[in-house]
Amino acid sequence: MSSINRSKTKTPMPVQDPKERGRNFNEVALGYRVEEAINEARRCLNCKNPTCMEGCPVHVKIPHFIKHIVEEDFESAIKVIKETNSLPAVCGRVCPQEEQCEKRCVLGKRGEPVAIGRLERFAADWEREQGTKVPEKPVSRQKKVAVIGSGPAGLTCAGDLAKLGYEVTVFEAFHEPGGVLIYGIPEFRLPKAIVKQEVEFIKKLGVEVKTNMVMGQVLTVDDLLEKEGYDAVFIGTGAGLPRFMNIPGENYLGVYSANEFLTRINLMKAYNFPETDTPVKVGKKVAVVGGGNVAMDAARSALRMGAEEVYVIYRRSEEEMPARKEEVEHAKEEGIIFKFLTNPIRIIGDEKGWVKGIECIQMELGEPDASGRRRPVPIEGSEFILDMDTVIISIGTGPNPLLIRATEGIKLNKYGYIETDENGKTSKEGVWAGGDIVTGAATVILAMGAGKKAAQSIHEYLQNK
Amino acid sequence: MFKILDKKVLAPSIKQFVIDAPLVAQKAQPGQFIILRIKEGGERIPLTIADFDRENGTVTIVFQEVGKTTKELGTLQAGDSIADFVGPLGEAVDFTGRKKVLGVGGGLGVAPLYPKLKLLKENGVEVTSIIGARNADMLIMEDEIKAVSDRMFVCTDDGSKGRHGFVTVVLKELLEQGEKFDEIIIIGPPILMKIGSEITKPYGIPTMVSLNPIMVDGTGMCGCCRVTVGGEVKFACVDGPAFDGHKVDFDELIKRLETYKDEEKLALDRHEGGSCKCHQ
Ligand SMILES: Cc1cc2nc3c(=O)[nH]c(=O)nc-3n(C[C@H](O)[C@H](O)[C@H](O)COP(=O)(O)OP(=O)(O)OC[C@H]3O[C@@H](n4cnc5c(N)ncnc54)[C@H](O)[C@@H]3O)c2cc1C
Ligand SMILES: Cc1cc2nc3c(=O)[nH]c(=O)nc-3n(C[C@H](O)[C@H](O)[C@H](O)COP(=O)(O)OP(=O)(O)OC[C@H]3O[C@@H](n4cnc5c(N)ncnc54)[C@H](O)[C@@H]3O)c2cc1C
Ligand code: SF4
Ligand code: SF4
Ligand code: FES
Repeated sequence: MSSINRSKTKTPMPVQDPKERGRNFNEVALGYRVEEAINEARRCLNCKNPTCMEGCPVHVKIPHFIKHIVEEDFESAIKVIKETNSLPAVCGRVCPQEEQCEKRCVLGKRGEPVAIGRLERFAADWEREQGTKVPEKPVSRQKKVAVIGSGPAGLTCAGDLAKLGYEVTVFEAFHEPGGVLIYGIPEFRLPKAIVKQEVEFIKKLGVEVKTNMVMGQVLTVDDLLEKEGYDAVFIGTGAGLPRFMNIPGENYLGVYSANEFLTRINLMKAYNFPETDTPVKVGKKVAVVGGGNVAMDAARSALRMGAEEVYVIYRRSEEEMPARKEEVEHAKEEGIIFKFLTNPIRIIGDEKGWVKGIECIQMELGEPDASGRRRPVPIEGSEFILDMDTVIISIGTGPNPLLIRATEGIKLNKYGYIETDENGKTSKEGVWAGGDIVTGAATVILAMGAGKKAAQSIHEYLQNK
Repeated sequence: MFKILDKKVLAPSIKQFVIDAPLVAQKAQPGQFIILRIKEGGERIPLTIADFDRENGTVTIVFQEVGKTTKELGTLQAGDSIADFVGPLGEAVDFTGRKKVLGVGGGLGVAPLYPKLKLLKENGVEVTSIIGARNADMLIMEDEIKAVSDRMFVCTDDGSKGRHGFVTVVLKELLEQGEKFDEIIIIGPPILMKIGSEITKPYGIPTMVSLNPIMVDGTGMCGCCRVTVGGEVKFACVDGPAFDGHKVDFDELIKRLETYKDEEKLALDRHEGGSCKCHQ
C-alpha cells in the first residue's frame, strides 16, 4: 500500500483558465485525475475517531471510502459513499465542505484539510464513466407514495422509498425534474448532464416522474390521499419565492430577481438564444445585490452572458458573506467587482422605464445583532450612484406558495415554512415534508438528509398501517 | 405530450385549439390560464383557458399570432402534439353576489372573457356584453358570447360590422345612460383595460381586468410577472391574473411588456426567414 502523503496542502484540482472560463458555461473545476485522487487520498490519516464524519450531515463514511481510493478500488469507494449519500456527484461539487466535513478534518488544524469533496466527486465521476449499475428492483410492497417537488429532498426521498419496494410517483411543476439543481445552480458549477443522470437512475429504480404538475392547482394533497390512492405524501417544494428589497424602482425594465435571471439561463437555456426561444437581457454593466451562493451564481452567469463589468453589492463586509469561499475566489479571479458595506437605496430609470443606475449608501458595522453578526448601519451623507444596465436582486427567498396555499391542516411556522417533527412528519396525517420548504433556503445535502429521514419514517408508518 | 384534437381558424391570425389535457380540464375554472411549451428549446407562454370540458378531458385555447412562439403554434394541425401544457394556473374568478354584470372584450380579449360570462350565465346572472375588433374579419367568438349574454353589442374600429368605434365608446354610453352593473369585466390589450377602467371609475363600479405580463414559470417563483396594484407588488401568475382595474398601474405594465422587444423581433425574423428557406 502507498505510504501517507504528508503535504500540508490539498492536491490542486485542475480548473479552466479564469480568462477563458469567464466567457463560457463549461464546468470551471475539472476534477481530479486518477493519480491526483490517489495522491490526495493518501493524505487521510484514516483516523480511529474520524471527526470529519460528524461534520457531514448524512455521515458519509469518509475514511472508509478514501481508503478504497488509496487501494485503487474505486468501485468499493463509491459503494461506501452511496450507502448514505444518493447524490455524490452533486454533493462533491456543491457541498459547502469548508463548513461541514472538511471543517472537522484533523489535518485542518495544521494545514489544509483532506479534499473530501473533491474525492467524493472523483469517485462519483469514475462510476459515471463506467456506466452506473442499477440495483435489482425489490419486491413491491403494494403501497403508493407521492413525492411533490423533484429537488434533492424529493429525489432522495423517492429513491430511498423505491429501494424499499414502494411505488413512488414524483410530481414536478416544471417541465424538467431536479429543482434548484436544474433551474438555479449554473452549468459551470454543476453540469446538467449529471443531474439528468441522477434522475435517470431514480427512474430506473422504478420511480415515476410526472412533470408539468403544479400541485395544489392540478391536484391537492387531499386528492392524492383520498382519490388517487396514495398512502403517504412527501412535500419537498423548496423555498423559491423571490424577495425584493421594496426600494423605489424595482419594477424598471432590466431589474430581475436572481431566480428569474438564473431560470431563464439554466432551465430555459437563454445562453443559446436565438437558437432557443427564451431571451434574457444582460447589459454592459450589471449589479447583483446580495452575498450568497445565489448572488455569486448570478454574477458569474452575467459575466458569461457577455457583461463587461459585474458588481456584487453586499451590505456587510466580506467576512460575513454567506457564499462559499471557493465560489467567491472563483468569482474574483474571473473579474467580478465586489462592493462591500454598500446598500442600494433606489434604482434609477430612464424615461422609457429602463434601468440606468443604482443609488447606494455606504455602511459601517455596528453592534452585533440577534444572529451574532455585526449589524451594518448606513453612514449618513455617503450616498453615491453607479451607472447600470441591469440589476439582479438576490437577497433571499421565501416558501413556494402554491401547494401550501391549497393544503388544509398543515401547520406552518411564523415565516410560512412547514412545521415538522425531527423525522419530517407534519401535523397532517400521512404527510411528511423536508428540504428548503421546512428549513428555509439551506443546502443540497441538508435537503437530501431530510428526504432520507422522511423516507425512513414513511417506511415505519406504512409498515404499521 | 399533449395532443391537439381540433383546430379552427377564427380570424386571420387567430386560432383555436382543443387540447387533450384531462387533468387540467378536471380542475380548470374561469379566470385561469395554462402555460405551454411547443417543444424542447421552446419558450413557455401563458394562454387563457377559453373553455374546458371535464367529461371529455379537453381544454380550449384561443391565441393570436403575434411573435415567434404563437406563429409556430399556429402552424400545428389537429393530430399534432405539444411537449408541455401546464395548468390550471392563477386564481379562479369569484362573482359571488353579482346579479347584473357587464363584460367588455376587445380583440383577442373576447376569448378570455367568454368563460367568465359563461359562468355568470350558468348562475343566473344578467349578462350584458360589448365585444369588438379592428374589423369584421378579426371579430371572434361572436356566437359563443351571444349564447351567454342577455344583450350583446358589437363594434368594429372601421365600422365593417356593428357599431363604428371602440368598445369603450359603447361602455361610456351605457354608463352615461344611467345603466347600473354590480361588476364590469374588461379584457383586451392593456391600453383598452386602462381606458376602460378610467371610464368606470367615476361610477364606482367594481371593475375586473385580466392582466397579461410576461411570464416564465407561472408558479410564483421568478417574479417576472410582477405588477403594481394599489401600490403593492403582486405576482400576476399566483395573485391574478384578474385584478381590480381601478388599482392597476397600467403604464408600468405596458412598459414592462416592451422588455424583450428587440429579442422578439430577432426571433420572429429568424423564424420567418427560416420558413422561407424551407421553400427554396
Ligand atoms: C442559485 C443557487 C445556488 C445554490 N448553490 C448551492 C451550493 O453551492 N451548495 C448547496 O449545498 N446548496 C446550494 N443552494 C441551495 C440548494 O440548492 C437548496 O437548498 C436545495 O436545492 C433545496 O432542495 P429542495 O429539494 O428542498 O428544494 P428545491 O431544489 O427548491 O426543489 C423544489 C422543487 O419543487 C418544485 N415545486 C415547487 N412547488 C411545487 C408544486 N406546487 N408542485 C410541484 N412541484 C413544485 C419546484 O419546481 C422544484 O423543482 C443553491 C441554491 C440556489 C438557488
Ligand atoms: C395570463 C395570460 C393569459 C394570456 N392569454 C392569452 C390568450 O388567451 N391568447 C393569446 O393570444 N395571448 C394570451 N396571452 C399573451 C401571450 O402569452 C403572448 O401573446 C405570447 O406569449 C407571445 O409569444 P410570442 O413568442 O408569439 O411573441 P413574442 O415575440 O414573444 O411577443 C410578442 C408580444 O407578446 C408579448 N409577450 C411576450 N411574451 C409574453 C409572455 N410570456 N406573456 C405575455 N405576453 C408576452 C410581448 O410583450 C409582445 O408584445 C396571455 C398572457 C398572459 C400573461
Ligand atoms: S456529502 Fe458533503 S458534507 Fe458529506 S462528505 Fe460529502 S462533501 Fe462532505
Ligand atoms: S478527519 Fe481528516 S484525516 Fe481524519 S479520517 Fe477524516 S478526512 Fe481523514
Ligand atoms: S411568472 Fe414567474 S412568478 Fe409569475
